[in-house]
Amino acid sequence: MQKIMVCIKRVVDYNVRVRVKPDGSGVMLDGVKMSVNPFDEIALEEALRIKERGTNIEVVAVSIGVADTQQQLRTALAMGADRAILVQTDLPVEPLTAAQTFLAVAKKEAPDLIFLGKQAIDDDANQTGQMLAAIWERPQATYASKVEITGAKAVVTREVDAGLESIEVDLPAVITVDLRLNEPRYVKLPDIMKAKKKPLDVTSLDALGVSAGQLIKTVKTEPPAQRQKGVMVKDVAELVDVLKKKGLL
Amino acid sequence: MHKVLIVGEHDGKTLNPATAKCVTCARSIPDAEITIALLGADTAAVAAQAAALAGVKAVVRVDRPENLHPLAAIFAPQVAALAADYTHVFGPSTSFGKDLMPRAAALLGVAQVSDLMAVESAYRFRRPIYAGNAIVTVEADPARKLVATVRVASFEAAGGGGGASVGSKSLAVELPSHTRYVGAKSGSTDRPDLQTAARVVSGGRALGSAENFKLLFSFADKIGAAVGASRAAVDAGYAPNEMQVGQTGKIISPEIYIAIGISGAIQHLTGIKDARTIVAINKDGEAPIFEVADVGLVGDLFQVVPEFERLVSS
Repeated sequence: MQKIMVCIKRVVDYNVRVRVKPDGSGVMLDGVKMSVNPFDEIALEEALRIKERGTNIEVVAVSIGVADTQQQLRTALAMGADRAILVQTDLPVEPLTAAQTFLAVAKKEAPDLIFLGKQAIDDDANQTGQMLAAIWERPQATYASKVEITGAKAVVTREVDAGLESIEVDLPAVITVDLRLNEPRYVKLPDIMKAKKKPLDVTSLDALGVSAGQLIKTVKTEPPAQRQKGVMVKDVAELVDVLKKKGLL
Repeated sequence: MHKVLIVGEHDGKTLNPATAKCVTCARSIPDAEITIALLGADTAAVAAQAAALAGVKAVVRVDRPENLHPLAAIFAPQVAALAADYTHVFGPSTSFGKDLMPRAAALLGVAQVSDLMAVESAYRFRRPIYAGNAIVTVEADPARKLVATVRVASFEAAGGGGGASVGSKSLAVELPSHTRYVGAKSGSTDRPDLQTAARVVSGGRALGSAENFKLLFSFADKIGAAVGASRAAVDAGYAPNEMQVGQTGKIISPEIYIAIGISGAIQHLTGIKDARTIVAINKDGEAPIFEVADVGLVGDLFQVVPEFERLVSS
């Protein structure tokens, strides 16, 4: 194990209550706090723990997005990544394009492992890791809640609908992480200062030979339908009565 | 005509109800001819179940020993090969479908639309973003194959009474050996499956301990319900993660959802807003769960639940 690549997305902070623009053209992003996608933070934390257990393992954080995405990459460097790469673009990036871009970076970097969050909390697509693994022609272990590396193999415990599943994959591999894998560390001030000196390279889709296709067009954005407020009952007897009348018990 | 291929989910014995929901989604595509593909070691039994779903034209079995466990790396190249004859390829938005479908889409070189919640035309759909805080209408290019996952909570299951043809197909696809199944640990239970149950009883942090969850199990068994839990209860160790309901757990749409001692964090509400009827029991009358509940009762769950159980069985 020599190198781990971690893919990071800049998203609206998870504490922000997202609002739809009145004209239906999207959600309001002006002046909204942006952060590292929380699942990607868990991905980075796992990479850092593997680095700290091993020797001479380099962790490279990679992101695709607008120039300001450097902020999120600086956060990754402050957490402990050794260097960062920003593929800068103002275009919207679909999961397939993201996968193609990360593949182009992976071909240059030749990592033993690529970690990503299982999904980004903005578009909730849950695709990029699987697509990257497919076109990299390498194994995927999605929704990881435990990762054990031994030599050139990883045994990954996955959170699936029925419970937990374990699979073994040969490295290099793509691992997408779920919530329970770890708890990411807090960044300390000295680390933020140190991160300013770490290398952050900026490149472009063109330089990587990737064209940002727009295969899926968003034509409208709306707020979700609201549920009607219901009735309050005074005791269990009344509750059972109401439910029986609705034919639910 | 649109030819829709649905990748069926099953465990070798039973067809997962998510598949029947994909069929309903596919039937809302105009002029659709629906085929269900089943990959497995021996899919004879599940093929019969799939063939009985109303509206399905054909069932294609792809049986080979390597398909014993649903590994995306093994299944995806086969799904991509099967996809050649279809305009649409659907899978359920379950952990099975979410793992598999994007890998198949990328092998086909096409985009995927995740979590279809409504079909507006053959290439125009609605789906949730930002944990359901916004709904987008998206359009895909009709010149390309469309791969999508179907948000199972948004569709009723297709009924029975169908009579699809069942055939087998052997695919000349080389499968990778880099991914191997090791084992599974499931909280196996005789209760209904949480994802598809008509009745769900769910507990929150107010339960206070794993021991106290027994109260819910007892009540759930009395009314034939599955048992869920809020993320707070899971994080506190009161319930295993596979019981988690919400944005980071399961998104469900039961006939009745009974939330007990759950305050109603946004991420939890995301998982239950398709429930037909929501019942909330909480000692805090200001809890946000009451904003979405159809029926609410302010009270101490440790008194309410046993009484509830007694009254429904009397």
